[in-house]
Amino acid sequence: MGEPSATEPDQEGAAHSGDGSVIATRALTKRFRGGQLAVDGLDLTVPAGSVFGFLGPNGSGKTTTIRMLMGLIEPTSGTARVLGQPMPRAARGVLPQVGALIEGPALYGFLSGRDNLVRYDSADPTADPRTRRARVAAALERVGLTAAAGKKARAYSLGMKQRLGLAAALLQPRRLLVLDEPTNGLDPQGMREIRQLIRELAADGTTVFLSSHLLDEIEQVCTHAAVMAQGRLITQGAVAELAAGRRGRLVVTTPDTGDAARVLKEQGAGDVVITEDRVTAEPPDRELADLNAALVTAGVRVRGFGVERASLEDAFVALTGEGFDVAG
Amino acid sequence: MSQAEAMQAEVTRTVSPLWTFGLLRSELVTTFRRWRTLALLAVLAGVPILVGIAVRIETSDGSSVGGPPGAGPAFIAQITNNGLFLVFTALAATLPFFLPMAIGVIAGDAIAGEANAGTLRYLLVAPAGRSRLLLTKYATVMAFCLVATLVVAVSALTVGALLFPLGDLTTISGTRISFAEGLGRALLIALIVAASLVGVAALGVFVSTLTNSGIAAMATTVGLLITVQILDQIPQLHAIHPYFFSHYWLSFADLMREPVYWDDLLKNLGLQAVYAGVFGSAAWARFTAKDVTA
Repeated sequence: MGEPSATEPDQEGAAHSGDGSVIATRALTKRFRGGQLAVDGLDLTVPAGSVFGFLGPNGSGKTTTIRMLMGLIEPTSGTARVLGQPMPRAARGVLPQVGALIEGPALYGFLSGRDNLVRYDSADPTADPRTRRARVAAALERVGLTAAAGKKARAYSLGMKQRLGLAAALLQPRRLLVLDEPTNGLDPQGMREIRQLIRELAADGTTVFLSSHLLDEIEQVCTHAAVMAQGRLITQGAVAELAAGRRGRLVVTTPDTGDAARVLKEQGAGDVVITEDRVTAEPPDRELADLNAALVTAGVRVRGFGVERASLEDAFVALTGEGFDVAG
Repeated sequence: MSQAEAMQAEVTRTVSPLWTFGLLRSELVTTFRRWRTLALLAVLAGVPILVGIAVRIETSDGSSVGGPPGAGPAFIAQITNNGLFLVFTALAATLPFFLPMAIGVIAGDAIAGEANAGTLRYLLVAPAGRSRLLLTKYATVMAFCLVATLVVAVSALTVGALLFPLGDLTTISGTRISFAEGLGRALLIALIVAASLVGVAALGVFVSTLTNSGIAAMATTVGLLITVQILDQIPQLHAIHPYFFSHYWLSFADLMREPVYWDDLLKNLGLQAVYAGVFGSAAWARFTAKDVTA
């Protein structure tokens, strides 16, 4: 975690962003024809070397943001800089250094997996045709598709298509990977492999911008995260800080829930909630051992006593005021 | 790959300007290996075979091609004398509809088909570059115009040589030219026919930038083609006829006059250039400013 100093010389050598951010947007706004405000005044900063989780319910503007960053959509107002250069103006210089998986893979069904990659690689004018075969083979190997490389892409399962999409993003050494829902359609083993791959890439110094609706996925692999809802950025920062912003909850397991709740309130705990044989509460600012002693002294049969760490999911629900449902 | 290697790759990545043609090569290979393209070419190759066999059967008893003089495609009456005329007949038979329809399918699908499959966004982030992608697509459609025309011509020449005698031929003006010169004229005519399709190709590529549905773009292009062909037949509209891209198409027959009558041929080529310029610019203006949401 943190800003790996390994990427610093690369940053300055390439004379890109001075502030060490790989993505920086200022008041980025997109209003589609028809008036729908998809992204509203977004100020996003993705530090170099981070694995950046981009969270939000469906329809919160994540994909529109990614499309603006990749130069596919022109912002209505505001600016977006990727690798220190303005987008979409500098697309030709920036995009060869960026690998992207946007809204799922898209393939030529009538071409084999290998030929799909050859085609995408040919579209990049900075890709050396002499090393094309080798780079395609390496990318296929990296996502575990070597055995199926000769099959027509239309015969691929969703998971295989997803892997091939990832392989397309890995055809060249990249400084930034933008991965929109990269584990979609994969089985648990496949998900683990992709997460491992992301960790390896990050360890090599590649910044990874990862959008996902799987909170535990973000928690497992990301160093930083941002949360969007209804086109606005709600928060961004290091994952540890985001989760830490929410205090853990005190959990007491006991058959005497009524008594326990009364004692906890007396001891200064707030927001006491009883569920079956558990009583949860906001812990007061004092030694928790004293709280436990008070419970036992009051004759409460304590079977379990502890603090549950706040998860990113708790933080998310608290921030968006909603679950992971589609925003209307 | 470690960080050090990645950085080294960065340093040694010197880009050759020739690499930019990789996309064109990929586009040509992808287009001409597709079953759909091969099926279209097969249909086009089939037309001269059908015409040749029909003429052969009808004239097998020694009679001439039936019907009043001037009926049927141009030159059809001369095929029995000289198989080379099957080339001219086949091009005259396919130019009004089969050839432009095939072009409409390929051109209409050019951008819209990629958008439909979602592959457009990956080409653009590769980054193909919008102008470069559009030029590549247009160049590929023009290559298809040429290949499609040559397929018709070669198929017709083959069938003509197999079913009918070859030899010196008589021009429309009544003069005799050698078979070799006739062959040269046939090639020239094929090139003119291919060039006649440049306008409809530009129109199709423009339509293709307007929608995210390949089928809709193909249908619109072919629909426009049919509409223009019908309007071109309505005498009351003769004032606007010279502006229709198809109006001078059959002027290629003037290459079979001695001396060649260039007026309509040049008007045709000029008109195609205007269509290519107008619709090419419109396609560029549209595609480079478009939000790609597919």
